[in-house]
Amino acid sequence: MTGVWTAARPDDTIGKTAYVNARLIDPASGLDSDGGLLTSGEIISEVGPDVFKNGPPKDAEVIDCAGKCLIPGLVDIRVQIREPGQENKGTIESAGRSATAGGVTTLVCLPNTKPVISGMSQVEFVARRARKIGLSKIYPYAAATEELEGKELTEMGILAQAGAMGFTDGDRAIANANVMRRALSYAKTFGLLIIQHPEEPTLASSGGMNSGELATRLGLPGIPPAAEIIMVERDIRLVEMTGGRLHFGHVSTGVAIEAIRQAKARGLQITCDTAPPYFALNETSVGEYRTYAKLSPPLRSEDDRLAVVEGIKDGTIDAIASDHAPHDEDSKRLPFMQAAFGGVGLETLLAVSLDLYHNGQMSLIEVLAKVTSAPANLLGLPAGRLAKGAAADLTIIDPGAGWQVKDNDLSSKAKNTPFDGRPVQGKVLRTIIDGRSVYRQKD
Amino acid sequence: MADSPNILNYTHRHLLGIEGLSHLEITHLLDKSEEYVEQNRRADKKSDLLNGRTVINLFFENSTRTRTSFELAGKRLSADVIDMSVATSAVNKGETLIDTAATLNAMHPDVLVVRHGNSGAVQLLAEKVNCAVINAGDGNHEHPTQALLDALTIRRRRDDLTGLKIAICGDILHSRVARSNIYLLVTMGAQVRLVAPITLLPSAIDKLGVEVYHDMKEGLDDCDIVMVLRLQNERMDGNFIPSIREYFHFFGLDYEKLSAAKPDALIMHPGPTNRGVEIDSEVADDFSRSVIREQVEMGVAVRMACLEVLAKNLQQERAEQ
Repeated sequence: MTGVWTAARPDDTIGKTAYVNARLIDPASGLDSDGGLLTSGEIISEVGPDVFKNGPPKDAEVIDCAGKCLIPGLVDIRVQIREPGQENKGTIESAGRSATAGGVTTLVCLPNTKPVISGMSQVEFVARRARKIGLSKIYPYAAATEELEGKELTEMGILAQAGAMGFTDGDRAIANANVMRRALSYAKTFGLLIIQHPEEPTLASSGGMNSGELATRLGLPGIPPAAEIIMVERDIRLVEMTGGRLHFGHVSTGVAIEAIRQAKARGLQITCDTAPPYFALNETSVGEYRTYAKLSPPLRSEDDRLAVVEGIKDGTIDAIASDHAPHDEDSKRLPFMQAAFGGVGLETLLAVSLDLYHNGQMSLIEVLAKVTSAPANLLGLPAGRLAKGAAADLTIIDPGAGWQVKDNDLSSKAKNTPFDGRPVQGKVLRTIIDGRSVYRQKD
Repeated sequence: MADSPNILNYTHRHLLGIEGLSHLEITHLLDKSEEYVEQNRRADKKSDLLNGRTVINLFFENSTRTRTSFELAGKRLSADVIDMSVATSAVNKGETLIDTAATLNAMHPDVLVVRHGNSGAVQLLAEKVNCAVINAGDGNHEHPTQALLDALTIRRRRDDLTGLKIAICGDILHSRVARSNIYLLVTMGAQVRLVAPITLLPSAIDKLGVEVYHDMKEGLDDCDIVMVLRLQNERMDGNFIPSIREYFHFFGLDYEKLSAAKPDALIMHPGPTNRGVEIDSEVADDFSRSVIREQVEMGVAVRMACLEVLAKNLQQERAEQ
């Protein structure tokens, strides 16, 4: 999709904007009705079916939503940015352009930059750069262990005070059971959240795609689904032992989802997310060595894909995150085993998630909850709702509008989308951050 | 790959693998190869079919046999054969596979013969060049000319592959030879058995239309052909077997285990053999049973046939443009 970006300048004062003729959808309150919304400065001052009964205020700029959906800006809690350190793959600005084109107004980034986000200055750098660029709001996770090595804990208390939303070793599992135990226990002291990449590295490290017939035919070493469930089950025991709070990122297997379902039923403080590839694609996307479909965790079997859909529907999977992992061509135009893991996802998060609605698996408001209020609630972010007094972070979408994902049309610097060529439904027409339109779609 | 207008011939631009090839395509390549067996036994082995064509051997992995076999095949057809051993060249200086492909492509070769340590790498390269590409082995994926030469060797001794009981023994997991042979032999109607310890079998291998055994005598029972694979020590990134001694004890082919097969069962090995590891010297050198050297001979004939067929296809494709 193409569009126009206008970076916000926070120093400019802004007045009122009236969004009229909208279908308001606010998953947090359950609102789904025609109506309007008024922003005053950077916040939402009025929202509801009747707010403009007597017409919009005379001093407000009027934006006609033409019956399209006005929803809270999306909240994406699993994004890799690459700045600082690998600006050839992606930058904070590139992520911001891609995010706003995807309707994402708030995103949370992994600490696996160079240097790793493990000190106050790096935590503050990310948020400060994002504010200066004036596109999506970016909150960082900080490393759970120094240099993501899985050995020594970081200064979690201080980092949380500086703004870290949670603690994770990014795309690496915290593999050592005792380190994970200490991380959960220590984080509990301050009520902090640990986020795990659930994969037993000794089972996964030599593999490139899901184990099974396809991997065998392609002659590629496999990553067994057991690599995920083993780590999930171990960590559930550690949460039981420590009373800590744990979030599993990008779950991909039916067995792991079932284990999480049972752990939640037992009352443990465990949550999880998944990413669009895991409910919209399966291992056959690898086809003839397509490196864009080389993801971590790997795309799984069709049975696993269906289990992920089920997990989203029944609430076992709390949120959908893009798992945005930008790579340059040099990291992907390689023999499959040499290519990097990961795909970009900010711009396709909404449209691919809406498959669940268009396929009749969930209602529109239920799908939108998974990318707005649910992830915001998970991390306690002040985002993801249409409420009086909340930040005016909004997006206007046409959930039925069709388009085709094409790698070269993406706004991000990196083009490595596993959805390349896929027809999807759901367009972002306009993205508003702190009351300012920062992105407008142009056909 | 183009759809085949004449299903009796092999009409693809490349030969990247056996998977997906039809009975007729395989038979066509074997029939062609057969013609070259006689030519290779004459004093004058040369014909001028590929006069003026350029064949580049591009080997990213060390190889003596396969590279030499392709080189001879090209020269006997009067092609100009260039050898690029890349194990020590630019690719290790940071040049990517794609860059290498683009560089070679600019030299207008007709056929690239490529071996690479990564599964799928030869296909990736084939997508970036304008010439024909023969996969001379990619990672654990395929080694089509090996499967063809094995089939030719069997066919000359047994007339027909249909219904033959063929056991493939040893390191299936790391073997591109095994995968290509499985596809070819199953397509040609043979009954294929795999015999290996479970650590050396890839997951879901039974889905490829084979029977799986873990005991040599059970697996070899009543077999017509016993193919022994080389234990790929260089590909092992961990402990797949506890020791060579234990491996030989249970899976090394000796007369005792061979006694389960048919009395005239043929013994095959893609070479080079690890004597005392996967095969006993006595068995390997028993020329009443072992056709290992004949396999090498058939290799040249098969590669001549493949070079000829692909060069002709390319010429036709270029003529049509």
